[in-house]
Amino acid sequence: MPDELFGTPEHELFRQTVRKFVEEELRPRAREFDELGRIDKSLFRTMGDLGMLGLRYDPAWGGAGLDWSFSAVLFEELGRADNAGVTMGISVHTDMATPSLAEFGSEDLKRRYLAPAIAGEMVSAIAVTEPDAGSDVAGIKTRAVRDGDDWVINGSKIYITNAATADWLCLLAVTDPEAGYGGYSQILVPTDVPGFRYDLLDKIGNWGSDTGQLFFEDVRVPVSNTIGEIGRGFQQQMMQFQDERLVACVSSVASSEHLWEETRSWAQDRVLFGKPLAKMQNTQFKMVEMRTDLRAAKELVRACVKQRVDGEDATELITMAKLFCCRVSRRVADECIQLHGGYGYMKESMAGRAFVDSRLLSIGGGSDETMMHYLAKQLGF
Amino acid sequence: MKILVCLKQVPHQDARLDIDAAGTWIKEDNIKFEINSYDTYALEEALRIKDAGEAEVVVTSIGPDRVTQALRTALGMGADRAVHVKDAEIDGSDALGVAKVLAAVAKEESPDLVLMGLMSDDSNASAVGPMIAELMGVPNASSVMKVELADGKVTCERELEGGALEVVELQTPCVLAVQSGLNQVRYASLKGIMAAKKKPIDVKGAGDIGLSGQVGAGAAKTTIDKIYPPPKGEGAELIEGSTGEVVEKLVGKIKELGLL
Repeated sequence: MPDELFGTPEHELFRQTVRKFVEEELRPRAREFDELGRIDKSLFRTMGDLGMLGLRYDPAWGGAGLDWSFSAVLFEELGRADNAGVTMGISVHTDMATPSLAEFGSEDLKRRYLAPAIAGEMVSAIAVTEPDAGSDVAGIKTRAVRDGDDWVINGSKIYITNAATADWLCLLAVTDPEAGYGGYSQILVPTDVPGFRYDLLDKIGNWGSDTGQLFFEDVRVPVSNTIGEIGRGFQQQMMQFQDERLVACVSSVASSEHLWEETRSWAQDRVLFGKPLAKMQNTQFKMVEMRTDLRAAKELVRACVKQRVDGEDATELITMAKLFCCRVSRRVADECIQLHGGYGYMKESMAGRAFVDSRLLSIGGGSDETMMHYLAKQLGF
Repeated sequence: MKILVCLKQVPHQDARLDIDAAGTWIKEDNIKFEINSYDTYALEEALRIKDAGEAEVVVTSIGPDRVTQALRTALGMGADRAVHVKDAEIDGSDALGVAKVLAAVAKEESPDLVLMGLMSDDSNASAVGPMIAELMGVPNASSVMKVELADGKVTCERELEGGALEVVELQTPCVLAVQSGLNQVRYASLKGIMAAKKKPIDVKGAGDIGLSGQVGAGAAKTTIDKIYPPPKGEGAELIEGSTGEVVEKLVGKIKELGLL
């Protein structure tokens, strides 16, 4: 890891602040958020006050104007919140629903929606996936039809994080069915408009996030709520996905490192056949293999971050990282639950939760297969 | 108004502590450090006084390079500048040696208030605050739970035995050693962290504050002979059964031991 990228006193102090926030505000309430099915929304205000929600955004809207290295610090620490759902809800707001608005949105939209999002006064969600279109984004059917100065939106989105918490959505809709990849637009939809509703979904893991299905029935928003150019939504969304994938890599590796540390402590304290589990060669070999995988994953993630900081096209490396890191996290969770034995299968066990939470990593934000499909094309197959 | 806040950097509360080869301290390699928790309340109280009116908050700490981290954290939280006393000659100082150094910094700074934590998380001596006050010749209050300033006087609520409170009034300048929990300690915001880049940290040695040859291990009147973890107890008895049975057995055991 290049220390000059993450090692300034400001990085370290910011890390301390996020770590303290995680230790005092998130981790002690991790199970409460599971029960609630979402994070306490007021914590977004705290995060906004601390400057966590607009790290790379223009200071004119309350952002810090920093680079991706600070985002990496944020999610390395949030990955230790002992609640993958909560981390996901925060990351959806900071790096999945707001980047397009920050990059392409009008001044008026930024003033009304980006500034409050950075301050933590509003929470956002990204609405792309549909019942019949997941990784196949171009297959979405939610339709926005122009009626004078309004869009009239009809359709449905599914598996949407922050469904209940969000104050506004970054919606991808078809605005011209005849225009191919030029027929999609990103539209900012406030969630208090008539015709919008949601149902929450019951997931096998990531209990600390409110995942839902969204319904749009003749939802009317001004055409001026279009983010960027009409017809450029697909391309803008593809760019927005890159941040989403890198965040998933950073937080999943951090979360797995946290689990590894917890498992090491468990193995040191757990006595079997008269000696600590950690003194058995099988345990040591498994711990060492996991550590090696995690180190490799971390180096790959940091290489991605460096490319982003240097302004290079990181798409290929981020795609590889998404494939590799998420699989490493799943392997680590599986090995750790095994080392915990029966206790690992309990819902209260960190290993048990990581086992069900991590399964999503190879599905959400572009499945493993989507990553491999892209890489195969890149590599000339 | 000027407030001097004394900070001690101590091993992180989650650090795994191992005793060093000499058996007189812990191994400090490869462990994380943080600001002594009691001192964070003192810093917060100083920053609240600053927020409420005109005040300059100066933070000071003694120790090697790693102490810079604690001072930068304090600057990120809102302190205005820092004084880092860094000198190998000071190593091994006892509480009196530490108090001499901090009192010397205080004499140079001439603050209206010196704030610090009641004790340190690692040594638990509660000695340095009163010693600084004595060396400066100013009043002191310890275990402070509330601070109010008016007309050159400080009114403090102090915690006494059994939860009772005592109200005392002190003339400034004075030294206050605060109890934990008297406020809610703020985080260093990203804005504060970035602003701290421009705030100065003055580095001073023992000679710079007129203490050469007067502090450090050689001048210490208290030395640590040995530290060790408490020996493991034996004879723990597990009481099993239904709740009713456990209560009955427990009460019987307490009576048997003559504890009631």
